[in-house]
Amino acid sequence: MRIHCPCCGPRGVAEFSYGGDGTVRRPDLSVTDTDAHVAYVFERENPRGPHVELWHHIGGCRHWLRVTRDTLTHEITSVEMAGRFAGEAARISGAGA
Amino acid sequence: MQKYSALSLLRNALSGHRDWQPAWRKSDPKPAYDAIIVGGGGHGLSTAYYLAKEHGLTNIAVLEKGWLGSGNIGRNTTIVRSNYMLPGNNRFYEWSMKLWEGLSLDLNYNVMFSQRGVLNLAHTPSQLDDYARRGNSMRLEGIDAELLGREEVARMVPGLDMSPNARFPVLGGLLQPRAGTARHDAVAWGYARAADARGVDIIENCEVTGFLREGGRIVGVETTRGEIRAPKVGVAVAGSTSQVLRLAGVERLPIESHVLQAFVSEPVKPILDCVVTFGAGHLYISQSDKGGLVFGGDIDKYNSYAQRGNLPVVEHVMSEVSAMLPFVSRLRLLRNWGGIMDMSMDGSPIITTGPLPGLYLNAGWCYGGFKATPASGWCFAWTMAKDEPHPLNAPFTLDRFQRGYVLDERGAGPYPKMH
Repeated sequence: MRIHCPCCGPRGVAEFSYGGDGTVRRPDLSVTDTDAHVAYVFERENPRGPHVELWHHIGGCRHWLRVTRDTLTHEITSVEMAGRFAGEAARISGAGA
Repeated sequence: MQKYSALSLLRNALSGHRDWQPAWRKSDPKPAYDAIIVGGGGHGLSTAYYLAKEHGLTNIAVLEKGWLGSGNIGRNTTIVRSNYMLPGNNRFYEWSMKLWEGLSLDLNYNVMFSQRGVLNLAHTPSQLDDYARRGNSMRLEGIDAELLGREEVARMVPGLDMSPNARFPVLGGLLQPRAGTARHDAVAWGYARAADARGVDIIENCEVTGFLREGGRIVGVETTRGEIRAPKVGVAVAGSTSQVLRLAGVERLPIESHVLQAFVSEPVKPILDCVVTFGAGHLYISQSDKGGLVFGGDIDKYNSYAQRGNLPVVEHVMSEVSAMLPFVSRLRLLRNWGGIMDMSMDGSPIITTGPLPGLYLNAGWCYGGFKATPASGWCFAWTMAKDEPHPLNAPFTLDRFQRGYVLDERGAGPYPKMH
């Protein structure tokens, strides 16, 4: 499996560290409803099919990436920058995933 | 059921082995049962067996999407052990060990349970301290555990690289002498035959496509072979847990599905008479009766439903095994394969009533499900029959994550890829 890093280009999966489900959002710390925090920490949709997930390019540019990958076929349909560089892939590399 | 014995073998030999009965019937689904088990793997079949044997519930069906035992019961590395530290875990797995010890007799089927010992290697003084702590915790629960020094390990496993110049020199190990291996397929077949003999219908090629509800209660399943009704539906489908429960409207669970690869080498003469695990990485290896070395390592560490893995893990596992047992580097790999693990958020299983009325869940086995097969079925049967958990599986609830009672043997936190 290879991931097309927007910064470094196509790289082997061994360069990346998996960061899990990319759709969960940490509730604001002012939220006192336990269920919201339990859902964030423990509960996952775990789909068979397209899955939005985070990967850390730990052996490369060290950017966090938001990857859409099919969990049955391992086909990757989109890779974009996550975190503070979100949406800036085109500016950094001149090309998307 | 035709009883297997030396006499029956002799009698059938004299008649040219033409009179053996099939080990279980090919059942067609009836419109209704007292209970349904979804999943004809080890855990589903053992649940059906213990429901019939311990609780007198014989009007039950086991529904299997493919053929019997086509999932993880036939894909694992066959290791049986109860060397856990946390009381919630080691009591349960020790009960499993006790059931294993009488299983072949109980089922009248040779599951080839071989108590050859499981040895965990230690490579640092702190790891040895940690093993001593785990061994003490086991012995407090009446489980056998022995701390071995370097010389004892070298005597026990002659093929190990015991060189002080090894990248990770071996300092000692923790041995559980009663642990060992079993013939994995025979476990599925033995439970299927014994359950069938007590009247359980085992229905293969019958995929569950939906759940029947009445007033918020699950009252049966829709399948590719029609509707089947039952007041109790137990789900034991390992890596497909999230998929199946989504059909019942349960969208989120503390489970991720990951692929675990396993490997077998070409057969060689007897060289390894126990199970050994590498302590400076994650590797477990034993030798099958056919002579192949059977081993595995880490999961691929990303969500996957593909029953095949990636090459970086293959390379990693091969480098570990050849670091530990250098002679293995000269053997050829015969096969490798993958199975889908239901990795839970704390690395411990779930055997519980719910999450909906009429539904019962058995899941979250990570990659330790095989050794649990007897106790998992035994406890799940109890839970389904009495609508409450047995004390042995009381810690394995679904709401433990909510209540803060996680059972994190490894202390790795809520990261399924780490367990």
